[in-house]
Amino acid sequence: MIVANKGKIKTMAENLSESGPGRSLWKDARMRFIQNKAATISLFILLSIVLFSFIGPYFAVWSYEQIDWNAMGSAARVGMPSIESGHYFGTDDLGRDLYSRVIQGTQISLMVGVLGATVAVIVGTLYGATSGYLGGKTDQIMMRIVDILMSIPYMFVLILLLVVFGRSIGMLFIGIGLLSWLDMSRIVRGQTLNLKNKEFIEAARVTGVSDFKIITRHIVPNLLGIVAVYATLLVPGIILAESFISFLGLGVQEPSTSWGALIKEGAGTISYDTEWQLLFPLAFFVVSLFCFYFIGDGLRDALDPKER
Amino acid sequence: MINYIIKRIGIAIPTLLILIAVSFYLMHAAPGGPFTSERPLPPQVLANIEAKYGLDQPIWRQMFNYLWGVITEFDFGPSYKYHDRTVNEIIGHGFPITLKYGFWSFIVAVGVGIPLGAIAAIRKNTWIDYLAVGVSIGAQVLPNFVMAPLLIIVFTLWLDWLPGGGWNGGAWQYLVMPVIALSTSYMASIARITRSSMLEVLNTNYIRTARSKGLPTKVIFFRHVLKPSLLPVISYLGPAFVGLITGSVLIDIYFSTGGMGYFFVNAAFNRDYSVMMGITIVVGSLTILFSLIADLLYAWIDPKIRY
Repeated sequence: MIVANKGKIKTMAENLSESGPGRSLWKDARMRFIQNKAATISLFILLSIVLFSFIGPYFAVWSYEQIDWNAMGSAARVGMPSIESGHYFGTDDLGRDLYSRVIQGTQISLMVGVLGATVAVIVGTLYGATSGYLGGKTDQIMMRIVDILMSIPYMFVLILLLVVFGRSIGMLFIGIGLLSWLDMSRIVRGQTLNLKNKEFIEAARVTGVSDFKIITRHIVPNLLGIVAVYATLLVPGIILAESFISFLGLGVQEPSTSWGALIKEGAGTISYDTEWQLLFPLAFFVVSLFCFYFIGDGLRDALDPKER
Repeated sequence: MINYIIKRIGIAIPTLLILIAVSFYLMHAAPGGPFTSERPLPPQVLANIEAKYGLDQPIWRQMFNYLWGVITEFDFGPSYKYHDRTVNEIIGHGFPITLKYGFWSFIVAVGVGIPLGAIAAIRKNTWIDYLAVGVSIGAQVLPNFVMAPLLIIVFTLWLDWLPGGGWNGGAWQYLVMPVIALSTSYMASIARITRSSMLEVLNTNYIRTARSKGLPTKVIFFRHVLKPSLLPVISYLGPAFVGLITGSVLIDIYFSTGGMGYFFVNAAFNRDYSVMMGITIVVGSLTILFSLIADLLYAWIDPKIRY
């Protein structure tokens, strides 16, 4: 999914390097983002979901650790969603409240997505900027390494990592983050190549600023636009990867849960007439992913100077 | 061109070696050996077993022996869990299955995705365009692990048309749902890429020239539009192939098709390191080979790339 957007990101990168004079890029971008209805609505829905995952627990009757012994073993008859019993989203066959578990899963999935994307963005940006700025042999070697890592089937390596170092959320997001910075570094490198011949970089070099300072102070801030767009498109990709791993049972472990783990449980029990077990987590999952994609698209259109 | 091929192969081989070295190292960094069990073996017995499998030698030596076995005899060693099976047997059993439904998924993704995107681009802003765009956005948020249960609900539980799982030698009834579940999201991506690149091509000056000199639409499409607008699709085929192979893990689990993914996840739960490594290496070489082919294809079609 991320790959599909690469082409457009590339054209945006080309357009960014020849931005015109006048209004500030960010102010302008904010205006255009607000005018994009799909993106604004998506942002609003996504913020409500995040807010819900923090406020929701205060309205819960059952915590995610509690077991409703009444509903245990007879979720299909007793555990359906209802206001009276306090199970707003119903229960699973162990009598656990789905409302609380969906909230917990939302928190964990979003956290893995955001943290994983943060790791990927930091590593990818610094790597790509360094490679592009230094150029020459260093650049060749660094990009060759990226080429090599790119052709490794990373889901298999991730499962290998999880088996070897134990299945934990920490390992999961480090693994996903460390493996998904590659695209980022390529995009950033291309952009840096454009930037490094500009006058202000030359001026900094003449006044004796060190390479490291030039990269962090002058190059990285100018990359923020493209990094922001890519990061919003990266988050859903990482959430998908995490859900995939959790769906296989190798990711987030009980009693913690995530969207993938909940969808797995719901899908496994679908033949027992407990469809709410699948539908509630699935709805949160699908709606959030939609929102991320629309926000990413909106941001790209807003930050692309050619679209003015 | 020859230089480019040599250069590309020069990347492929170290990639494979690094993959092998990393997975070998990971395997040995894991706490507990393959023979650690609930009831500890007597030290003498353990030493004998380790000597038999060559685990008492230094790690670089083990890695060298392993590599030598893989390269010269295509031998991935014994399974640590099932003592009567070798990794070769397991791969030999699972690989043809994965390859079969993987191949069909690839055909469906390309064969449906490209025409869908092309029609959407030609008939821009008509209902068929909106349908194609809608389908491709929908398929993006419905990944294979959501598609698989939904398909089973509809086709097995409600309609009772297709068996809910199994392989049965690859009969078509058992092939339909795995292929749909696996190919949908890639089909959607391919359709989207085709649509946007074809729109770009349709707006270029040379297409306008072709139109104004009165060429028939069919000729314009097949002679001038098709080839340049397929370039981005070709560069997506590599990642798509990797995704299909990865998705096979889930297909094998969910539809009990018994391909490589099944053995891989099983080995992951059992800590059967030699099986995991064997499958990782086979899959890795396959993806590396495929991205090599895709790159060469790209260089051959795109006249702008000359190395």
